[in-house]
Amino acid sequence: MRNTIKIAARNLRRYRRRTLLTSSLITLGVVAVLLFISVSGSFKSMMIAQITDSMLGHLQIHQKGYLASIDTLPLNRNMKEGQVKKVTEILEEHPAIAAYSPRIRLGAMFSNYTETTNIRLNAVIPEREMETVPLLRERVIDGGGEGLVRQGEILVPELIAKGMNVKVGDGIVLVATNDDGSVNGQPFTVGGIVEGVTGPGGRDGYIHLDDARTLLRLEEKEISEIAVRIKDLDKLDSTYAAINDTLAPMINQAGKPAFEAHTWESLSPFFNIAKMIDLMTMSIKVMLVAIVLVSIMNVMIMAVYERINEIGTIAAMGTVPTRILALFLTEGFLLGILGAAIGIVVSLAAIAVLRAAELTFNFGQQQGLVLIPFIKTGDVISIALIVIGIAVLGSLQPAWKAARMDPITALRHV
Amino acid sequence: MSLITAKHLEKTYPGDIPVKAIRGIDFTIEPASFVSFVGPSGSGKSTLLNMLGCLDPPTGGHLTVSGQDVSALRGRAAAEFRGRHIGFIFQDFNLIPVLSVFENIEYPLQMVQTWPQDERRQRVETMLAAVGMADQGHKYPHQISGGQKQRVAVARALVTRAELILADEPTANLDRVTALHIISLMKAMRDEFGTTFIFSTHDPKIVSSAETIFTIEDGRLAVGDIDGGSHA
Repeated sequence: MRNTIKIAARNLRRYRRRTLLTSSLITLGVVAVLLFISVSGSFKSMMIAQITDSMLGHLQIHQKGYLASIDTLPLNRNMKEGQVKKVTEILEEHPAIAAYSPRIRLGAMFSNYTETTNIRLNAVIPEREMETVPLLRERVIDGGGEGLVRQGEILVPELIAKGMNVKVGDGIVLVATNDDGSVNGQPFTVGGIVEGVTGPGGRDGYIHLDDARTLLRLEEKEISEIAVRIKDLDKLDSTYAAINDTLAPMINQAGKPAFEAHTWESLSPFFNIAKMIDLMTMSIKVMLVAIVLVSIMNVMIMAVYERINEIGTIAAMGTVPTRILALFLTEGFLLGILGAAIGIVVSLAAIAVLRAAELTFNFGQQQGLVLIPFIKTGDVISIALIVIGIAVLGSLQPAWKAARMDPITALRHV
Repeated sequence: MSLITAKHLEKTYPGDIPVKAIRGIDFTIEPASFVSFVGPSGSGKSTLLNMLGCLDPPTGGHLTVSGQDVSALRGRAAAEFRGRHIGFIFQDFNLIPVLSVFENIEYPLQMVQTWPQDERRQRVETMLAAVGMADQGHKYPHQISGGQKQRVAVARALVTRAELILADEPTANLDRVTALHIISLMKAMRDEFGTTFIFSTHDPKIVSSAETIFTIEDGRLAVGDIDGGSHA
């Protein structure tokens, strides 16, 4: 095997210019793919983080059927106290869960005493909410103070604050329809202005959970949803599956499933953008495969054609076809390794430069987000394996042709 | 026992008009012979040499080399047989350009047969000394002369201790003095290792030095041998 590698390597060195050109092409492809993966991956992670860490959480648990009618924020589909207890017990015991935040979601009329508009409200326990969606604090552009929102305070969405001309410290009234159909009003002080997050939540304000209970005259400690943060987002699918499997057997009094769990992917339309990024990554990988395949096949066909006489010589001397096949496959293999290795080194350097450059971009209303390209070791390894595998595959046909060559015909070749 | 026995050996190339290149010839060649096949172009010498070298199977008759019927050998089996029993010397030397002189001679021991490294080195050094190239092992084919290349080719053909060396016009690309050196080298190798050399040639220098001459005309043996072989 050592001698096979030695001969293959020397043949690559023999046609130095061609080897350089082919490996440069492969390098270019590898750099393009790794840079794209790192930049798009960074963008995707930031986008997901903005959505999950400032609003949705990674997972949400509701009473079965809540999500289907979420537009009306139905109070009659809130989880009752006993149900909440069951769910929180599951979440407390699950090792992958970092934090969770119970919420009451409600619609209300927002009045500044001169004008009235409708508002969507998230009633939260501030400490738990900030543990679950840590970027929420950064969305508070005015006020907010210690602890996000205190009892008797409201964080008003920026859109409404501007439209209704309310400022931190102003008094407003919230009027909400209770579960029994009655209406109740309650005064609040504007504790802060909260910036809208792209997507759902543009008109979402925040109040304390206890205030929502008094506003809605809830006798039970019921809630609308539990937002969940997991420790490792890469384990989202397995954590979701585990929680879903635990919740699935739990049935309500009607004998039907009591709960439903959803990942952020099914709660946010931005998942489609994430999927598009994945699709583009896949497309660029396919392009890399095509580049490697075509360039390696081309160079190996040339290599076989130029060495027909040599192939005839070694075949006449008794070199078995499999060894001739191995000689040419090894050449392709080494070309793949060379292109992949240089490509990886150049890519890592380029990624380091991009990180140092601290490029910024805007996402929705989030301004000046710093692009921090990163590449996972698994991605680097998989790209290297793809390139090397395709290089060997691209060499297969020319190598097969060389191995099957008739020694007499090959020896006669001029 | 004869090294080569050919009985009613035939080779016909198929086509719209089949070409009978060898038309049922019989001969034997003894070990350690120095044999030359001569004849005009297209007479069938190269075809016969290819059949003896298990590069091209006969289409009729029987051919035994080193005690084995090689008439039916194909592909890998033929390659393995060549690797064990036959060496080749080519008109254009056919050294592998990316390997040094030493590595070219070592090639059959490493890539065709599998010899331990120490024994390979010892054997290659012996062959380099035998062909007068002991101090040239590190050079590459492009750094040596045509005569030296052919010396290396002889060493490469002999390094496996093949019983049979087939040489197709081995002196065609050499000047007269070098050609005579190569012929005497091959004879010396035959004497030292007991190897049979068979040539296909037009070169009168080789013909005159051969101990057995088979003349082929139109696919048939025309004239008897001088010594060491026989034909019917």
